[in-house]
Amino acid sequence: MGGQDAGPVPQAGHDFALWEKRVDALMILGSQAGHFTVDGLRRALEDMGEDAFETMTYYERWIAAINQNLIEAGVYSIEELGRKMEEVQARATTYGEAAGG
Amino acid sequence: MAERVRIRSMMPPGHVRAPAYLRGKTGVIERPLGIFANPEKLAYRLPAEKRPLYRVRFTMAELWGDAAERPADTLDAEIYAHWLEPLED
Amino acid sequence: MPHDHPEHHHEGMSPSGHPYRADDDTALSYWQAMEIAVRELLIEKGETSAEAVQRQIDAMDSRSPANGAAVIARAWADPAFKARLLDNAGDASREMGFDIGPMHLIAVENTPAVHNVIVCTLCSCYPRNLLGLPPDWYKSRAYRSRTVREPRAVLSEFGLDLPDDVTLRVHDSTADMRYIVLPAQPPGTDGWPEDRLAALVTRDSMIGTGLPKAPA
Repeated sequence: MGGQDAGPVPQAGHDFALWEKRVDALMILGSQAGHFTVDGLRRALEDMGEDAFETMTYYERWIAAINQNLIEAGVYSIEELGRKMEEVQARATTYGEAAGG
Repeated sequence: MAERVRIRSMMPPGHVRAPAYLRGKTGVIERPLGIFANPEKLAYRLPAEKRPLYRVRFTMAELWGDAAERPADTLDAEIYAHWLEPLED
Repeated sequence: MPHDHPEHHHEGMSPSGHPYRADDDTALSYWQAMEIAVRELLIEKGETSAEAVQRQIDAMDSRSPANGAAVIARAWADPAFKARLLDNAGDASREMGFDIGPMHLIAVENTPAVHNVIVCTLCSCYPRNLLGLPPDWYKSRAYRSRTVREPRAVLSEFGLDLPDDVTLRVHDSTADMRYIVLPAQPPGTDGWPEDRLAALVTRDSMIGTGLPKAPA
């Protein structure tokens, strides 16, 4: 990435959504608990490939990296994640409702 | 550690903290930063030995040649010792 | 703290008492569902709690560029503090009472002859434990790609045109250090109290994509 051509720097910003702040918090808490290092997260981010940078937002990439590391650390299994995501998606159609707050 | 160093030009796959645009480029040690756990091990959940870390300063002329905006401008980056080749003056 | 403790809060308000942001009302995305699932699994397994997540959010929300501005203002007002800041910016920030965790921080000083700018080409390293979360542009592909190759063109997009007799130093946060720019004190502000000085320090002036405000 460093040194490559790219267009103008986008100046528009956004306020962080609650779900983004929660991803950030999970990153800190998981790291403090010793489940992963920032290097493990960066490795997972890089392994997603260049496409992920175009198709996913910043915190979408981070929750994917956190999940990858937690599964590798054995904190929960792929099956447990799959069942829980199914359950969450069946709860409601908006984030606020599905998260229960 | 020599004052002048070249960043190793190897391109192994995997997670490293030496950016590709600095590989093979020559700079000078700006300051030593101490020892830090090797990120190339930490990234793979492996026991990580401590490695010396340095700040290395490059000129924009060295990095980008004629394309440099202003050749005497500089770029500093943190590079682990195992990515540095000492150079004779 | 029981790990299955339910979150209590007023309807329409987050646990911190703020209104939810608009995108909580948009369709649940795959990645949002993953965030909920990961968080709930961690809570169910006793790895964390809803309260701990909220405390962490509150801690990060409490950090802002105002913290860095206070550090910069003290460096302008107190030469001995400035020397300590340039020697070890992390310890100098801690001395002022800021909880920056284990962050290794280096301050780089702007002078009439030198301007500094910070970037992280490998990810999005930023002195977040002092300044809070980085702006979106700092994490953009364009900023990360171009700042090491055509930094003057990038600074121009921020409205900062550096004279040719000023040396530009770009700092790529590639590993364990984080950086903050110590901007040059604006002329005509000698002897000002720290709170007035701090009001001149912008976030961008501490990243190097801007300058402090001119005194009114």
